[in-house]
Amino acid sequence: MDALIAKLKTQIIEQLNLEGVSPEDISPDDSLFGEGLGLDSIDALELIVLLEKNYGLKIENPAEGKKIFYTIRSIAEYITANGKA
Amino acid sequence: MSIQITSACLIRNNHIQLNGETMIEKEKHLPFNEFIKGAYELNASPNLKFFKMDNLCKLAFITSEFLLKNKKISEQYGAENVSLLFANTSSSLDTDINYYNTVKDFASPSLFVYTLPNIMLGEISIRNKFKGENAFFVFEQFQADFLCNYATQLIKEKKAKVVIIGWVELLKENYESFLCLTEENGNGAELTNENLNELYNGK
Amino acid sequence: MKTVFAAHGNIITSLGFTAAENFAAMEQSRSGIQKFSNSNFLPFPFFASLVDDGKLNDKCSDFRNSKNYTRLEKMFILSISDVVEKSGLDIKNANTLLIISTTKGNINLLEEENYGGFSEKRLLLSEMANEIAHYFGMKNLPLVLSNACISGVLAIITAQRLISSGQYENIIVSGGDLVSEFTLSGFNSFKALSDEPCKPYDAERKGITLGEGCGTLLLTSNEKLLNGNEKKIVVAGGSVSNDANHISGPSRTGEELALAVNNALKEANCENEIDFISAHGTATAFNDEMESKAFNFSGLQDVSLNSMKGFFGHTLGAAGVIESVVTLETMKQNVLLPSLGYKNLGVPMPLNIIKQRETKQINTSLKTASGFGGCNAAVVFKAL
Repeated sequence: MDALIAKLKTQIIEQLNLEGVSPEDISPDDSLFGEGLGLDSIDALELIVLLEKNYGLKIENPAEGKKIFYTIRSIAEYITANGKA
Repeated sequence: MSIQITSACLIRNNHIQLNGETMIEKEKHLPFNEFIKGAYELNASPNLKFFKMDNLCKLAFITSEFLLKNKKISEQYGAENVSLLFANTSSSLDTDINYYNTVKDFASPSLFVYTLPNIMLGEISIRNKFKGENAFFVFEQFQADFLCNYATQLIKEKKAKVVIIGWVELLKENYESFLCLTEENGNGAELTNENLNELYNGK
Repeated sequence: MKTVFAAHGNIITSLGFTAAENFAAMEQSRSGIQKFSNSNFLPFPFFASLVDDGKLNDKCSDFRNSKNYTRLEKMFILSISDVVEKSGLDIKNANTLLIISTTKGNINLLEEENYGGFSEKRLLLSEMANEIAHYFGMKNLPLVLSNACISGVLAIITAQRLISSGQYENIIVSGGDLVSEFTLSGFNSFKALSDEPCKPYDAERKGITLGEGCGTLLLTSNEKLLNGNEKKIVVAGGSVSNDANHISGPSRTGEELALAVNNALKEANCENEIDFISAHGTATAFNDEMESKAFNFSGLQDVSLNSMKGFFGHTLGAAGVIESVVTLETMKQNVLLPSLGYKNLGVPMPLNIIKQRETKQINTSLKTASGFGGCNAAVVFKAL
């Protein structure tokens, strides 16, 4: 799980162009949207692309994404439960 | 009633001029990406969203940051009275091509949203809380007469108190950006075709 | 200030090649939206409203050098020709301007090998517009407006201003956009495409259906060009606003669309007498929600309202012009068209959505649009 979390941090920083943010800046339990990293609806769509591209996981309904993308840890848990990480 | 150009910012050849004064000047061969990042670090207030913008919006955003620095246009005139009147040659073609390159693989939503030239009006409006009239036109080249007449009409007919006229063009490494603030009874050159052309051409 | 008349219109969509053909199909609640399987566009079947290529090429067969024009340019030329013919306008007159409204123009050339045999420059919107103006031998260089989904309404507002201030006597506003791999993949990446024909304002709506087409409207201060029109309809007011909230998500409150609506109504002097609203109604969750709040802000919740997207999809830069031409037909014929696809209210604030065709005297109409970049536009048409 820790290795997956570390990998996700790097992938998210790259996919979302989070310039100036380093993996150490993000705690696995920080909320990604609203406060915290301040991601928005377009970032959520990019996270959907990230999961499909890197983990072969398709999320069709953005509303479903809300729960999955709550924190880095919740994404990692979703991948572990559903994917072939 | 007379309308004045109260401030103008011109970016061309990696050189930023505000009201004729050099703000930043870099080597001409410096790639656009590095140039605009440098300009952001020197002038703009920290904004994570900046790095998500496409190059066209980055260019427009930085020009507007220089033009509007230390001004409180929205508070002074009311959000709904600030109008943006922009144009360019290539629309969003630079990002259209970049987006289309992602389609065969994984279409990028964060690029797709920038495949409209008026997104730069949205970015500037969000940053500065402008809620007035906005319009984006496409011309073969800079057309001072149309922009001047339209801005004048907006102010005369009380559809706006301030009009920011913009020409923000970018295709690959070729770019130029020119923004000017026009308002009634301000301090500066009168809003005329000649004056607008002169400022656009730079001295 | 000169009075600006809305003289003649044309519509090209999957439902027909004239305003009358489109309106007749709409009166019968016919939708042009179909299911397509075209892997050049999307890897899975999708719903869209497409103009039939065979019919389009047939209609263009007597053009001069029709093969020199792209698919979208053919639609523009055909649509403008119809309006010129109906009005008797001298299009070569120096008092006449063409305004082209489009979001993506010839973007399909990017998808074709070697740009489909056309010059790469044809991707530039001004180049496309110049080709069209040149076909008609127009004196003035055309004006191109590209402001996301409000382009069409904004083009009409701009034309109204340029005519009322006396800068031109006649302006042909023509809006067009295609359905392409580019737009379909983009809205798909936004998870915004509906997997069934779109249902604006409905509780079960699932998103957008894209459509393609072209709409043309002649605006003029020359009353003589109204030949054949029983009602004299004018463009009475128009306004534009920005949400200043988010580049792809609409305002949470709807105040900004309401601001544009209120300004347009005030300019038109019809604050309490709107008979019909042709709203934007894309059938995305957030857009329709925002509109319902905006119309309530403006006190228009009881006015008969429809979205036309259920008939020919969201035609992007053409939508504002096409839907305005239908609105003018609504006023001329005094027939309200249903909001196709709508059954049960699915927005937070009440709206008076038209469920079936009805006859009613319509003297004033409001047309609105909203789009990416946070833009909103409203225009008022009034019968004198």
